[in-house]
Amino acid sequence: MAVEPIRTDIVIIGAGPVGLFAVFEAGLLGLECHLVDNLDKVGGQCAELYPDKPIYDIPAIPVCTGQELVDRLMEQIRPFRPTFHLQQQAEKLSRTAEGRWRLETSAGTVFEAPVIVIAAGAGSFVPRKMPLPGAEAFEGRSLFYVVRRRDDFRDRRILVAGGGDSALDWVLNLEPIAREIALVHRRDEFRAAPDSVARMRALVEAGRMKLFIGQITGLEGRDGELEAVRIRTAEGTEIRYGCDRLLAFYGLKMELGPIAEWGLNLERNLIRVDTEAFETSVPSIFAIGDICTYPGKLKLILCGFHEGALMARRAFDYCRPNEKFVFRYTTSSTELHKRLGVA
Amino acid sequence: MPKVYVVDREGVEHELEGQPGWSLMEIIREAGLPIEAACGGCCACATCHVYVDAEWLGRLEEPGEEENAMLDSAFEVRETSRLACQIRFRPELAGIRVTLAPEF
Ligand SMILES: Cc1cc2nc3c(=O)[nH]c(=O)nc-3n(C[C@H](O)[C@H](O)[C@H](O)COP(=O)(O)OP(=O)(O)OC[C@H]3O[C@@H](n4cnc5c(N)ncnc54)[C@H](O)[C@@H]3O)c2cc1C
Ligand code: FES
Repeated sequence: MAVEPIRTDIVIIGAGPVGLFAVFEAGLLGLECHLVDNLDKVGGQCAELYPDKPIYDIPAIPVCTGQELVDRLMEQIRPFRPTFHLQQQAEKLSRTAEGRWRLETSAGTVFEAPVIVIAAGAGSFVPRKMPLPGAEAFEGRSLFYVVRRRDDFRDRRILVAGGGDSALDWVLNLEPIAREIALVHRRDEFRAAPDSVARMRALVEAGRMKLFIGQITGLEGRDGELEAVRIRTAEGTEIRYGCDRLLAFYGLKMELGPIAEWGLNLERNLIRVDTEAFETSVPSIFAIGDICTYPGKLKLILCGFHEGALMARRAFDYCRPNEKFVFRYTTSSTELHKRLGVA
Repeated sequence: MPKVYVVDREGVEHELEGQPGWSLMEIIREAGLPIEAACGGCCACATCHVYVDAEWLGRLEEPGEEENAMLDSAFEVRETSRLACQIRFRPELAGIRVTLAPEF
């Protein structure tokens, strides 16, 4: 069944700080935005990689953490009511008969808009995969980096790898339905909620799960079906743990992904833009923030904000071809005050 | 200029100029060797993972909790594993030798 497309002015790919602020600049010009992000939250690198670390170089904010910056941006753009489509990757881009862009996501959401803004940072955050020889053959059948269907793990002999919240949460969540479950982690210290760690240790105490301190060195099995995992323990001995499901959590990394296939002018996985409007080699597709490159580009949040302002100016012409652009300040314009909801 | 020796993933050793005050990651990256350093040295990615030659290990400060936690998401972590962005180069480290850990 064909999905009814969402029609809007601008689709922004990436809800990092730069994508978020672009909503503001576009909103001032009366343009509506929808945002797509692969993560389950907004904020891009600031929220995923360094929520608690301080940032000192945002103009007029002497210091704030990554998460505080994201929270403030969300507050600032609230008047423009952006719509977020999270946990989905922007995948396919094509032209409609009317010359608009049609964008499809991995979750099947379809947009139609005159302007596409790529604010994709270094690409989508995706799980880091195990660099073990032959691991690929098991992927999606008996080796997983995310849980899509909990039932895939029912009555299975499961090994979970990792020492953070994802690993601990899934151990606790799957233990009741698993035939057998074990956790393997490099060291006997866990960077997860203390309560989860305590519950995991209690399960080990009670003999309901196993805990291995060591690292995975090999996978055994055939035709994508895992039979055992080899582990080198911290003491240096090799053990073999029989299991048919491996769930590995080694954090996230950024990968350009499908955007690379869209026929844009790429330079070492960055998108080349002009510095007047941050438009790509394809008119009405813009790229701002870490993903774009031009002579002198610096990967700073503040540069991304500037890029968003100039992008919005040009995007206006594509979205409102019959209207004349008027430059106005937020300080004094009643029109802008109305849009900001302060009039 | 004090030297830093870096063995790449093909086993080839490179002699680099050690800039005091720079991190080892910055020295390696500046020389154009393949170190991803995705987070730019903020101890947030583990893609600057190196093995430090055993005789140098003791002369470095112990890794902090943050570095240790980040190493959890690296692969093939050994006793000698460190994150190069967390090692600040100083003249006393002249001659230090590290090996780039496998990429993933
Ligand atoms: C540890 C650390 C410290 C830093 N400190 C500073 C600092 O002090 N000051 C400073 O100015 N900068 C700093 N930076 C850099 C700053 O975080 C980046 O410049 C900024 O996050 C870039 O924002 P962005 O919106 O362009 O991209 P990102 O924040 O990378 O966000 C991009 C988003 O796009 C999503 N995405 C990509 N492709 C797709 C797709 N196809 N479909 C769906 N979603 C997709 C990703 O999942 C991601 O959430 C730091 C970075 C790190 C890692
Ligand atoms: S560069 Fe990212 S942890 Fe060192």
